[in-house]
Amino acid sequence: MAITQISMFLNNQPGQLVEAVGAISAAGSNIRAMSIAEANDFGILRAIITEPDRVCPLLEQKFLIMRNEVLAARMDDRSGALHEILTVLNEGNINIEYMYAFTGTGPEEAYVVFRVSDVRTAEEMLQANGIATLSDDTLKL
Amino acid sequence: MKQYYQPEIETAPREKILEIQNEKIVKQVRHVWDHVPYYRHLMEEKGITPEDIQGVKDIPKLPFLSKADLRDAYPYGLLGTDLKNCVRIHSTSGTTGRRVVAFYTQADIDLWEDCCARAIVAAGGTNEDVVQVCYGYGLFTGGSGLHGGSHKVGCLTLPMSSGNTERQIQFMMDLESTILCCTPSYAAYIGEALAERGYKPEDNKLKAGIFGAEPWTEEMRREIEKSLGIKAYDIYGLTETSGPGVAFECEEQTGMHINEDHFYAEIIDPETGEVLPDGEMGELVFTALDKEAFPLLRYRTRDLCVLSRKPCSCGRTHVKMAKPMGRSDDMLIIRGVNVFPSQIETVLLNEGYTPNYQIVLDRERHNDTFDVYVEVSPDQFSDLMSQIQRMEKSLENALRTMLGIGPKVHLVAPKTITRSEGKAVRVIDKRKLHD
Repeated sequence: MAITQISMFLNNQPGQLVEAVGAISAAGSNIRAMSIAEANDFGILRAIITEPDRVCPLLEQKFLIMRNEVLAARMDDRSGALHEILTVLNEGNINIEYMYAFTGTGPEEAYVVFRVSDVRTAEEMLQANGIATLSDDTLKL
Repeated sequence: MKQYYQPEIETAPREKILEIQNEKIVKQVRHVWDHVPYYRHLMEEKGITPEDIQGVKDIPKLPFLSKADLRDAYPYGLLGTDLKNCVRIHSTSGTTGRRVVAFYTQADIDLWEDCCARAIVAAGGTNEDVVQVCYGYGLFTGGSGLHGGSHKVGCLTLPMSSGNTERQIQFMMDLESTILCCTPSYAAYIGEALAERGYKPEDNKLKAGIFGAEPWTEEMRREIEKSLGIKAYDIYGLTETSGPGVAFECEEQTGMHINEDHFYAEIIDPETGEVLPDGEMGELVFTALDKEAFPLLRYRTRDLCVLSRKPCSCGRTHVKMAKPMGRSDDMLIIRGVNVFPSQIETVLLNEGYTPNYQIVLDRERHNDTFDVYVEVSPDQFSDLMSQIQRMEKSLENALRTMLGIGPKVHLVAPKTITRSEGKAVRVIDKRKLHD
């Protein structure tokens, strides 16, 4: 399962982010979630966008991009929900490289995106503990 | 089977080569003294007479000639014979100042074409080959040199000159060219053009290419070899010394044999002018041993390279020069260390980066700052910051190992390094602003 994430390499300069987001917009894709990691000279924009198969080739013409699979878990909108998910992953000795969260379209619907070393194992562990994970289809990408 | 155009000289014992050189240099210095007042004056200034030169071991006593001398002496000041004995001129492009015009007698043309013939035979050429010459013809030496060499070997010669790629491909396919002679960048372009038209490397009959007249990397060689299905040979020369063929590669592809019976090579320290021992990098200096019309002695090429006298498996006994690392004018002195942009390019290619980079030098509290901006390619990109930073560190280490001083590496997005007229600006030296 897991979901598709795109990453873009951008110089850490004014004008870069607006250009990147503008290209996604021009391609008619909706950004469902995103996060930015920054270094001195560059940044990495990570995003979950709709129609990645159609949009990626368009973005590749102008940007250095890559796509990979990340884990997205459904999370209840209440105290302790994230802690439960992290506890499961911790018990499975799964290391989290980075994570970010976003809300769904329905009420009290939140999701958290994990970049882990072993997506399959992590996903199995979450499901075994009754935590729903998403695919591109269920997220309607 | 090993093939040579002139086996008796190409595989001569070292003592024999030295004997030939000694005999020729004594005659040549006398010839220049008698016919070239410009150089005679330089010798007199150093207190040297032809009697001081008894063999090639005395060549270091002679004064240097530089590009500036060639400009001062333009057009006839370095002519070594009456104009009535000359049959042709060639000329440099003049991009770095005034044009250089070189003169040739028929004997000069003959020895030059012999050198090119040696290069063609070393690349596997025989009278059964079809040689497509797409170096420019005209004032440029590339076309005429390989054209003449191809005639000497007895190959069918296609005098295509450069450009008109459609026609190049048509002749290549219809007349089944077997050896391609052009600049490496044009060879790469032809390779791409063939692929675009749906040809596979095995569809052409080419077996070898002789490429020169511009710097190219080992990486580029492999790409050309793959795209055309050939073995690619390097060739070196410059208008001042005759043209291509001063040195050429054999099948070992580990450096170019200098035609030492015609050209005596030295490597000098570009700063002090001291002759350096074999194996050390410095500026290449050529003395033409038997050219009549344009007999340059100790001409400073400004190309930086290394000479090697390790025996070669091809059987040729002439010294080999490595591909020039760069030009002495390109040399940067950073914190007292000599750095050549080409060294940085080598590291980048070894580490899997594209050769798109920019060096920025500045001065901070009397210390040089040394920054290298490098374009990231898909091979290095990752969604993990830690991985990119590891690669940045590893590139810094590789550069420090190669250069002896450590630059700060900055990774930037593809196609964002400033380009002027399509060419990347390699060095921005802001230190000059502070001096």
